[in-house]
Formats: sequence, C-alpha cells, structure tokens
Amino acid sequence: MSDTDAGPDASAASDGGEGWFEALPSGATEDTDTESDAAARAAARVREGTAASPADWPVRAVESGFAAGADEYYDRLKAAATRATREAVRERERADDAQLIHAVRAMDDAERTANELAERAVEWAGSLFDEVEPGIEGARAVAAREPESEVERRAVSLAARAAELDDERAELAETIGRTAPAVAPNLSEMAGPELAARLIALAGGLESLAKKPSGTVQVLGAEDALFAHLSGRAPSPKHGIIYTHEYVRGTRPADRGSAARALAGKLTLAARADHYAGERRSQLHADLRERMATIRARADTDEPDAAEADDE
Amino acid sequence: MSEPTLPDGVERREIAGEERLATRGEPVYGEPTADGWRAWDPERSKLGGMLELGLETGLTGGETVLYLGAASGTTVSHVADFAGPTYAVEFAPRPARDLLDAAAPRDRLFPLLKDARKPETYAHVVERDVDAVVQDVATRGQAEVAARNARFLADDGRLLLAIKARSEDVTAAPEAVFEGALDRLREAYEIVETRRLDRFHEDHLGVVATPK
Repeated sequence: MSDTDAGPDASAASDGGEGWFEALPSGATEDTDTESDAAARAAARVREGTAASPADWPVRAVESGFAAGADEYYDRLKAAATRATREAVRERERADDAQLIHAVRAMDDAERTANELAERAVEWAGSLFDEVEPGIEGARAVAAREPESEVERRAVSLAARAAELDDERAELAETIGRTAPAVAPNLSEMAGPELAARLIALAGGLESLAKKPSGTVQVLGAEDALFAHLSGRAPSPKHGIIYTHEYVRGTRPADRGSAARALAGKLTLAARADHYAGERRSQLHADLRERMATIRARADTDEPDAAEADDE
Repeated sequence: MSEPTLPDGVERREIAGEERLATRGEPVYGEPTADGWRAWDPERSKLGGMLELGLETGLTGGETVLYLGAASGTTVSHVADFAGPTYAVEFAPRPARDLLDAAAPRDRLFPLLKDARKPETYAHVVERDVDAVVQDVATRGQAEVAARNARFLADDGRLLLAIKARSEDVTAAPEAVFEGALDRLREAYEIVETRRLDRFHEDHLGVVATPK
C-alpha cells in the first residue's frame, strides 16, 4: 500500500506538475456556501489538469493541509472523480444519436415543406407579377418584392415564409455536419455527416445500426423494393439510401452491387466501432479505399461477365 | 490452478451449485451471488481468466491499483472489492456511464474518463508507486500503452496485461503479434510470465511483468 507510508522522500515531490487538489481551497477553511463552487472547481481540475509524472498525491495533499489524512483525501478524490466523470460523460453524450435523428428528420420536413410552400407561393405570384421563376429561388425573388395590394402582400409573405424555412433547412444541415462526427466519427468520415445521420435515423439509433447485419444496412431506405422482392414481384434491391454515396453512384452500373456490398460492409464496421469503442479506426477507411479501387479497376479491364460474378 | 495465488478477498465459493471465483461486494452486471459473494466470470474478465489459470499475479489484496481499459466496470468492480484505492481509466463515454454505476457503492474506486495513451492527462490524479497496473485496452499499440504507464508503477509493482491479438492486426498470426508486443514491452519491463488465455479468451495473451 502506498497511501499512508510517509517515507523519507515523500515530501520531495517530483516537479512533474501539480496535483488535482493543489490551488484548491482546503475544506476546513472555507465557508459552507462556497462548498459547491469548490466541488465544481475540483471536478474541473480532475477533468482539465495535467502533470508530466505522478507523485505521492495522498501524502502531498495531507502535507499541504488539503485533507487531514489519507482517508479524507480519498473521500474527496472519490467525490471529485465521480463528478468529473459524470460531467464529461454527459457532455460527450449530449451530442447523442437521438438528437441527430431529430435534426435529420426536421431537416427533411423543413425541405419538403419549404418546397411545397414555395411552389404554392410562386404559382400565386405568377398570377400577380411578370417573370416569376419556379422553386425556392423563385420564392426568394418574390419575397423581395414590394407588395401593392392586399393579395400581393399575402403572396409575398407566403414566399418569404418558404425562403425562411429553406434557411432553417440549411442551418439544420450545418448542425448535422457538426454533431454527426461527434456521435459517430467513423461512420461520418466514411459516409459524410448527412448520410451517416440518415442511416442512424433509418435504423432507429446508433446502437441498432451497430447491431444490424451488413446486408440490412445495404438496403436501408429501400424497404418498398425489398418487400416487393420478398413477395416475388421484383429483383432484390442492390442498395438503399447508400446509393447517395459517391462510391455507389460513381461506380458503373455493372459494378454497383459489388460497390454497395463493400461499402455497406465497412459502414457496418464503422457503426460498430463508433458505438462500442468510440474512437477512430484508420484501418477501416484504408481497407474500404483499397476495396473500392479494386472494384473500379474492373471497369478498366472491362470483362462484363466477371463484374458480378465474384463477391470478395 | 494453484490455490495460494489468489489474493485475499478472492475465494472459490459455491455459487449456484458451482465452485467459482468470487469477491465480496455489490453486484454489478447481474452476476450470480451467494451470501454477499459475487461470482467472477473468467470468460468475461481477462484478469479473472489469469487468476483462474493460476498466473502469479502478485496480488495479495489491499493494494493500490491503476486499471486501464475499465469499460463498464465488470472486472474493475471485482478488483475494487479486494484491493485498496483503485483508479479506473476508461476512454469511451458509453461504457463509462455504466462504470459510474459500478463505482458508486465502492468508495475507493475512482472512475476517470481519460485516454490511457495519454498518461499526462491523469498523472495529476493517479498517485505514483501503485502496486499493480492492470491493462485491458482493445486498441492498437497495447504494449506502447503499457510502456507509457510504467511511470505509475512501484519498483516492485506488477503489470498485469492482457494482449488482444486482433486489436493489433487481424490478419497476422497471433504468435507473431504477441512476439512483437513483448519486444516493445521489454524496453520498459521485465517479463515474469506469459500464458495464453484461450481457454477463456480467444487469441489473448496474459502477461505478468515488473518494471525495469
């Protein structure tokens, strides 16, 4: 045990840095009303402090008067470490997958509603003004007009709402771009933040995505086609939402099945790494790049028969 | 399976009709219990596997421990049951949330959300001269992590390390991975004993070492 043995060199503290308790007020001299501040500061020091090398902190804490004895030191360390860890966990998890799902669904709703409203607004405006362009851009142009009558005011106002909703959509996309890499670093790096968020939303969460087999991930978002296939009415879908990924869309049609299968396989591993480990796995990304290069090289050798024949 | 190598506070107890390793403490993960003793499943814990296989861990009970890769706290909760002050380092927030629950009823188990590859981020909290560093991190460079954390260990302290071959290189033969890791380890430690843990953990090597 090294906690209470104040050996001869115990006070000869290493100069590797200060302990988490140093520069904190000692418990005995503080007023009770600042106790919670002191606890918050102690937790912050545990979280943010550093030292080049450890020292005999329990002994140093007693010598400096921070604690009366080793037991009191460990009690205070327990409180500070628990609080620090709870805060850090909460902070890292606040950007969690549930929030990401809300954001991506809100973004889709904002986009769909903005388009619908814009369509209505420009159709109306077309009956009032000359040269009205279609779509969101048309609505923005209408919104900039000076209305001269009651009905013009309504049509211009409606166009302004559509434009605002489109701004909201853009801001939601920015939020997703910032939070997805925090929630799922590997998945976001591989798929891009938006597709990563959509995959998580379709699966119902990062955990359920991590537990899905890669064949399911491959056709997420193509449920209609999948069920048509299962009831014998259609061929099996090659890809779902992952079609939006450059690796699938940018591959020639003959090789898209292979590309979708390879991408889905690595996306599944990325989701598992994100959920279970939470750290970046560079090997995963290198493996996918290599696999995609192999698949795309088929187009150069151009043997159409071989394109779908081999799986791995 | 030499009986005397078990630390004080770890016993073989009859639990649910089977003789099993056990420690005394609050249950953490739904493990079977009997008379206040909780079964320590060697298949869920590398250190449990090392004790079950009879490695000379040097653990006697009551020591100060630095545990790297605490995850949800399955193993470290058993360690805290028989050891003294126990520092539990875990990097991923999700398991750390469960670790907080495991640590709550154990007043000398200190949870820390830190990266074991960066000891300077917790050297201001973890004391020096700990009696044992237990390491079970599933990242590449496991020997490097052990070498960087040698600074915490007392001269006569022990490193109890489980090396997972697949975390280093999924394609290479485990033997080759272990040899490479041991070479790196020898720069900071003297290897006392190694043993394959395959009976409980596939492609894992248990290592007992002491600082150079």
